Amino acid sequence: MFKYIVKRIAYALLTLLVLTALTFFMMRLLPGDPFIGEKAIPETTLKALNAKYGLNQPIYVQLWMYMKNVLQGDLGLSIHYNRPVNDIIAQAFPYSFDLGMRALVFATVMGILLGIVAAVKRGTKWDTITMLIAIIGVSVPGFIIGAILQYFLGLKLFQATGIRFFPITGWNSFASKLLPSFALSFGSLATISRLMRTSMLDVLGQDYIKTAKSKGLSQKKIIWKHAVRNAIMPIITVLGPIAAAVLTGAFVVENIFSIPGMGKFFVLSIQTQDYTMISGTTLFYGAFLVIANLIVDIAYGFIDPRVKIADAKE
Amino acid sequence: MSVIEKSQFEWVGANATEAEKISRPNTSYWRDAMHRLSKNKPAMVCLFVIIFIALLSIFVPVLSPYTISEQHLTHSDQSMFFTDPIDGHMHIFGTDSLGRDIFTRTWSGGRVSLFIAFSAVFINFIIGVIYGGISGYLGGSVDNIMMRIIEIINGIPYLIIVVLLMMVIPPGAMTMVIAYAAVGWTGMARLVRGQIMSLKQQDYVIAAKVMGAKPARIIGKHLLPNTLSIVIVDLTLAIPSAIFTEAFLSYIGLGVPVPMASWGILANDGSRVFQMYPSQLIIPAICISLTMLSFNLLGDGLRDALDPKLRR
Repeated sequence: MFKYIVKRIAYALLTLLVLTALTFFMMRLLPGDPFIGEKAIPETTLKALNAKYGLNQPIYVQLWMYMKNVLQGDLGLSIHYNRPVNDIIAQAFPYSFDLGMRALVFATVMGILLGIVAAVKRGTKWDTITMLIAIIGVSVPGFIIGAILQYFLGLKLFQATGIRFFPITGWNSFASKLLPSFALSFGSLATISRLMRTSMLDVLGQDYIKTAKSKGLSQKKIIWKHAVRNAIMPIITVLGPIAAAVLTGAFVVENIFSIPGMGKFFVLSIQTQDYTMISGTTLFYGAFLVIANLIVDIAYGFIDPRVKIADAKE
Repeated sequence: MSVIEKSQFEWVGANATEAEKISRPNTSYWRDAMHRLSKNKPAMVCLFVIIFIALLSIFVPVLSPYTISEQHLTHSDQSMFFTDPIDGHMHIFGTDSLGRDIFTRTWSGGRVSLFIAFSAVFINFIIGVIYGGISGYLGGSVDNIMMRIIEIINGIPYLIIVVLLMMVIPPGAMTMVIAYAAVGWTGMARLVRGQIMSLKQQDYVIAAKVMGAKPARIIGKHLLPNTLSIVIVDLTLAIPSAIFTEAFLSYIGLGVPVPMASWGILANDGSRVFQMYPSQLIIPAICISLTMLSFNLLGDGLRDALDPKLRR
């Protein structure tokens, strides 16, 4: 188990290192210049600016400086806002995190429940409905779902009834958080319910379920004590990628619903070619997801003893 | 209960020709799979939808009286089925804020989106099969290193890499293909590797080896054809993900350059005027969703048809 954890951590660190170097070089390869603006900047000012941001040093020195700063948790100064990137992230990330967690929790809980229902009531209309939701969820991008929800539940429902059930934009009251969270969670909900159904059907066909049945256990006990516990394993492994999908999906959902989260800053920094802001945000997201994956991997090692055995054999 | 007497049975004798006769026409694996697929109604409907969308995308931009960038400022933001009072042509899907014909733009966008999706998936297929094939066949430390590289690439969320790449390479449809293919091949490589690893233990591969077949022949003749069914299913399911990536990138402002259209660009343009002219977003949204849905269902159908054991 110890070896397994060390290995996972080593991979996570290596991935972060590669990501940092990659972001750095990508940013340097970018066409254009962060100081290009409406007004031409005098030669001396340009030199001073380049010196201030360290852009006049050889590239390996810049990389070294960059890595050193990142390791100390300093992501640099946003060129566009002239504010530390750390500050901007600290201000915007809580919104994104709030939105992301709501979506993630909703998707996981609902996805698992739908998957269980579909598997237990296989072949009935429940099964069909769940699979319909699942297939629509993976086929309709989140920004379309967001816009449709906004139009029908935000605008049309208000026009029809005169009562504002769901505010169209914003992130302050509970009601205003419902639509964006749902729009963001839909795709992941579909993936999870589909996976859960497959996994559940697999487990329900196992011999130990037959044994439990022949012992005379109730259906409820068989499903919750024996089937679900085993069927939930594959869900844990996809939580990492699902978290990634939710976080990147938040870019567009935040834009649609005007939520002042990281997504807005990220999209804006692409348009303004704000080097440090882009690399800082990318790195932050990358690190966040690598760590999320690491936690999932380690948790999986603790929950499923088979991982330990496979590791020992290796 | 009546007793069955031995005398009730009669020995008809062994008929050698009858026993050897093949009473059913023999079919190959692929014909059998196609037969199963043709029995799957949703998958067949999806196949026709895909063909229909592809045909529209190919022919509408050629036959349309309008071009994608032609502006009619006298009648911008018109609703569906608006007939141009000057030349009598109908704007079937209406016009956008610059008075461009949405019908032409939608199908021209379909061309771009489908081109991006198909090329990206094709490149994934080539890289994935070669990489996975080598890794799976050689095994050992080569495999170990090759898989570690994939693990690191997979550790970084692919949309972030795609966004970074999109910013470095000048915008265009090909850029999208490159950006998507740069990270999209890992899934295919893993799949092919896993298949090849289990297949190379099979007796017929060992037999081929014993008979002196060279690695290239074993991989090309024995291993790859047997991975094909899984690869085809994966390719079909990768296309919707490529279409989604295109739409996503266009939506955050990293799409193909103006005046080119793609479904993602159209959705982005449409979302700006959504509250007043919802049809401008709904049309590309339906195109994106319907295409993704069709490929997803077709992929499911293909999986059932190619591997009946996996059927649920």
